[in-house]
Amino acid sequence: MAELGPSRRISTGAPLTGIFRVLLLVCVSVALASRDVGTNETRSDAAGEAQAPHQTNSTIHKKAFPVLSLNYDHVRKPFEIALWILLALLMKLGFHIIPRVSSVVPESCLLIGVGLLVGGIIRAIREEAPVLDAKLFFLYLLPPIILDAGYFLPIRAFTENMGTILVFAVVGTLWNAFFIGGMIYAVCQIEGAELAGVDLLSCMLFGTIVSAVDPVAVLAVFEEIHINELLYILVFGESLLNDAVTVVLYHLFEEFSHAGTVTVVDAFLGVACFFVVSLGGILVGAIYGFLGAFTSRFTSHTRVIEPLFVFLYSYMAYLSAEVFHLSGIMSLIACGVIMRPYVEANVSHKSYTTIKYFMKMWSSVSETLIFIFLGVSTVAGPHAWNWTFVIFTVVLCLVSRVLGVIGLTFIINKFRIVKLTKKDQFIMAYGGLRGAIAFSLGFLLTENEMKSMFLTAIITVIFFTVFVQGMTIRPLVELLAVKRKKEGKVSINEEIHTQFLDHLLTGIEDVCGHYGHHHWKDKLNRFNKTYVKKWLIAGDRSTEPQLISFYNKMEMKQAMMLVESGSAARLPTLPTLLSSASMQNIQLKESARGRVIPSISKSREQEIRKILRGNLQNTKQRLRSYSRHDLFMDPFEDNVSEVRFRKQRMEMERRMSHYLTVPANRQEPPAVRKVCFEPEHRVYTYDDSESPRGPAARPRPGPPETVGLLKETLPRPNQSSKRGAEAPEQEEQDQLKLSRCLSDPGPNKEDDHS
Amino acid sequence: MPNSSVRVQRARARSVRGSRTGRAGGAAAAAMGASQTRSEHRHQDLADRTGFSLEQIKNLHRRFQQLSGDEETISKENLESIPALANNPIRKQIIGAFFDKRNQNRDEVGSCEQIGFEQFLMVMSHFRPPSLKTTAEEKEAMRREKLRFLFNMHDTDNDGTITLVEYRKVVEELLSKSGAIEEETAKAIADAAMLEVASTNVPAMGPDDFYEGITFEHFEQILKGLEMETRMHIRFLDVDTTTMRCGKFTS
Repeated sequence: MAELGPSRRISTGAPLTGIFRVLLLVCVSVALASRDVGTNETRSDAAGEAQAPHQTNSTIHKKAFPVLSLNYDHVRKPFEIALWILLALLMKLGFHIIPRVSSVVPESCLLIGVGLLVGGIIRAIREEAPVLDAKLFFLYLLPPIILDAGYFLPIRAFTENMGTILVFAVVGTLWNAFFIGGMIYAVCQIEGAELAGVDLLSCMLFGTIVSAVDPVAVLAVFEEIHINELLYILVFGESLLNDAVTVVLYHLFEEFSHAGTVTVVDAFLGVACFFVVSLGGILVGAIYGFLGAFTSRFTSHTRVIEPLFVFLYSYMAYLSAEVFHLSGIMSLIACGVIMRPYVEANVSHKSYTTIKYFMKMWSSVSETLIFIFLGVSTVAGPHAWNWTFVIFTVVLCLVSRVLGVIGLTFIINKFRIVKLTKKDQFIMAYGGLRGAIAFSLGFLLTENEMKSMFLTAIITVIFFTVFVQGMTIRPLVELLAVKRKKEGKVSINEEIHTQFLDHLLTGIEDVCGHYGHHHWKDKLNRFNKTYVKKWLIAGDRSTEPQLISFYNKMEMKQAMMLVESGSAARLPTLPTLLSSASMQNIQLKESARGRVIPSISKSREQEIRKILRGNLQNTKQRLRSYSRHDLFMDPFEDNVSEVRFRKQRMEMERRMSHYLTVPANRQEPPAVRKVCFEPEHRVYTYDDSESPRGPAARPRPGPPETVGLLKETLPRPNQSSKRGAEAPEQEEQDQLKLSRCLSDPGPNKEDDHS
Repeated sequence: MPNSSVRVQRARARSVRGSRTGRAGGAAAAAMGASQTRSEHRHQDLADRTGFSLEQIKNLHRRFQQLSGDEETISKENLESIPALANNPIRKQIIGAFFDKRNQNRDEVGSCEQIGFEQFLMVMSHFRPPSLKTTAEEKEAMRREKLRFLFNMHDTDNDGTITLVEYRKVVEELLSKSGAIEEETAKAIADAAMLEVASTNVPAMGPDDFYEGITFEHFEQILKGLEMETRMHIRFLDVDTTTMRCGKFTS
């Protein structure tokens, strides 16, 4: 205990001092950065002055050649941007080193705190702080987060709950906006609050801004509490889809506050505008999604730029929607959702990993920067604190959210099969966090005397929801025992039964004569398979059923895990690769059951061999598409394909032995372990013609040898059966001999494998 | 009041079918009227037993009449002639499930040739969703019942386990409508799935042990994560006459 003491102290002390050191460094460099602007100007003046006499007295006085010079102006902008991002990431790193803090306080709060600190420091040295510029936010910081969310959206849960999500997004946001706006206007009419100058339209505008649930904040908090998928998709889906409503209402009220009056026609135009904005956004996203999918069909020769296509098409979708004032968020989501299945079928495994990691990286950086800038802007921005206004805003936000959720759930539960319980409602109401979108929209308001007051109120609401609700939601979730996300690994049984269930329910619906949810989904799937996939997916992957691609992915994953763990023997928990249960345990009984397999004719044997061999080739080809890389032989990838190939080969052998085993006589012991192969030293160069690497592939002793084995056994039945054809009474004998040779080529291979 | 509306609806449905004249339809409808009260009682009785509402039973009865061509029972051919089912890869299993005696909550095995409305309802009752008032035990029982239905669909030889051969057949059927079947891949998938069940349920198996087949307990265990009671359901309220006419067949 005693010796642990000092070391523990040191270890907790180290990150703290580390962070302080980092902070100090950052402050100094920021100060330096802003100071240098001044010094650079003086320097350039001095240089200019020096230049003038220099030109006149060029022959008289020669300036010494500058060995080391300082020119900060040149790199100022990228330097500062990089510095900020570095600061943000170092903060993020620091938080995870201190375990206690990060388990109590959500990351978003910590980051805002850091932003406040940095903003305070910048203010103390009396410099201009970078504020969360609306343009910066909407064009650079928001898209990566939304793209990440849209690309990895759980489609099944989303479409199953689409009705609920839409009701909450549209009706809920409208209710929030009008309720808050109206009540705030009523509050402003109270005497003595000095708020008489706020008119109805400004209040409604304010209500719109502060009513929208923010996807960034929701993501930041919900990701950490690992809540179950239904609640996650309800709150998160709502935060995504309410963007259309927010955009329309915002522009509507802004136009009206300039025009001054509202007519009924304007209201109708507003409704029409809503449909245009949302459906238009989705359409733009869909177009870019299909373009992206189509492009990815042809990238088989330039694999390195595949991820860029995904990102660029999505970003273009967002920007194009923003050009027409359509909902950029919905466009981005639509693009990601549509592009994903086709792109994933087309790109190589490495590109898939790259896409996944880059998206996560960018969205993580964006989120961090957003929260830090929020903190900085809070310190920097002009504030006008008005107790009544702010307090009432916060209270009204909470009240309207709770009322909205309860009221809408009551209506929705009449139409839902899986009803929302009170616990679900509570979490949904509590999870309605406001975030940076509200702040940026407030920032975009035209300058008037109320803008500062609005901004202050918005910031207060954001802080309240992020800090208070964000921090307390985790203990509340645990207290209420809300269902958590189940952390299981993918199971092929579940996948099989999910598909089975889909077909079953569609069938039952057809028997009932009821064109329901499953019927239309089935129709869409079939349409997708027969027409769309042919255009958008390259090669023969377009006809691959979903179950098979799932299975291949799973195999790939397991093969990679096998390689990563170093050696096959050490693998602890993979069920299908190694463990006490193996193929033998399943298949042995069949041969012992004594089902008589009729003696196989020669042509049938040929057929079987052809199928097996054909499948082997197909497997190899598919492996190739996974292991595509441009120039160099990557030992990792080769190992993966080798391992997988070896595994497949073992399966083939077993299956082949099953086919060709004839347990006709009961006296025949089923598990004869005689192996009569000729030695395995022949190096077989099967992939000479196919491998792009050609002769380089030859001197590998591993897989070629095992394939040689397979090839070797294949001709064997040919020979024996040929003999059998000559002497019919010999046929049985030969079959038995064959079975002895080939039944259970077990121990040799097993030693090899384990 | 309910009598006349049902009669009117029946007459309308019949006139669409076109093979009967209005007169015959009218006469049949009049004859029907006498047995209205009897069928009402029967429906109420069925409602109590299966848990459907009266409205749902009426809708399903209409559909049953349409499928059976106004007979008392339906046979496999009646179900096979539904055009929408033609594209379904597991069509045979679905139709077979209706005629499977094990789904009738009695302890018989085997399959029937014809089933009546009551048996039709019994099979359909496996697809009812849980309501807000269902308790946790009831949900558990419901899940077990639905899983049992699925299990019976897979276990065709009725020995209480799903063997490797049966499971292979399941996967093959699933992939049957997806174009070029690679039989070997289907077998590989089924084998992998079986292996997974074996290893999760019986963790320590020696090389000479044999895993007979998936028992119902193992089946439950492996599909625990799917939450069957909320996934395996269809909406029964929305069955109406217009959609039923779309599923027309010549008979």
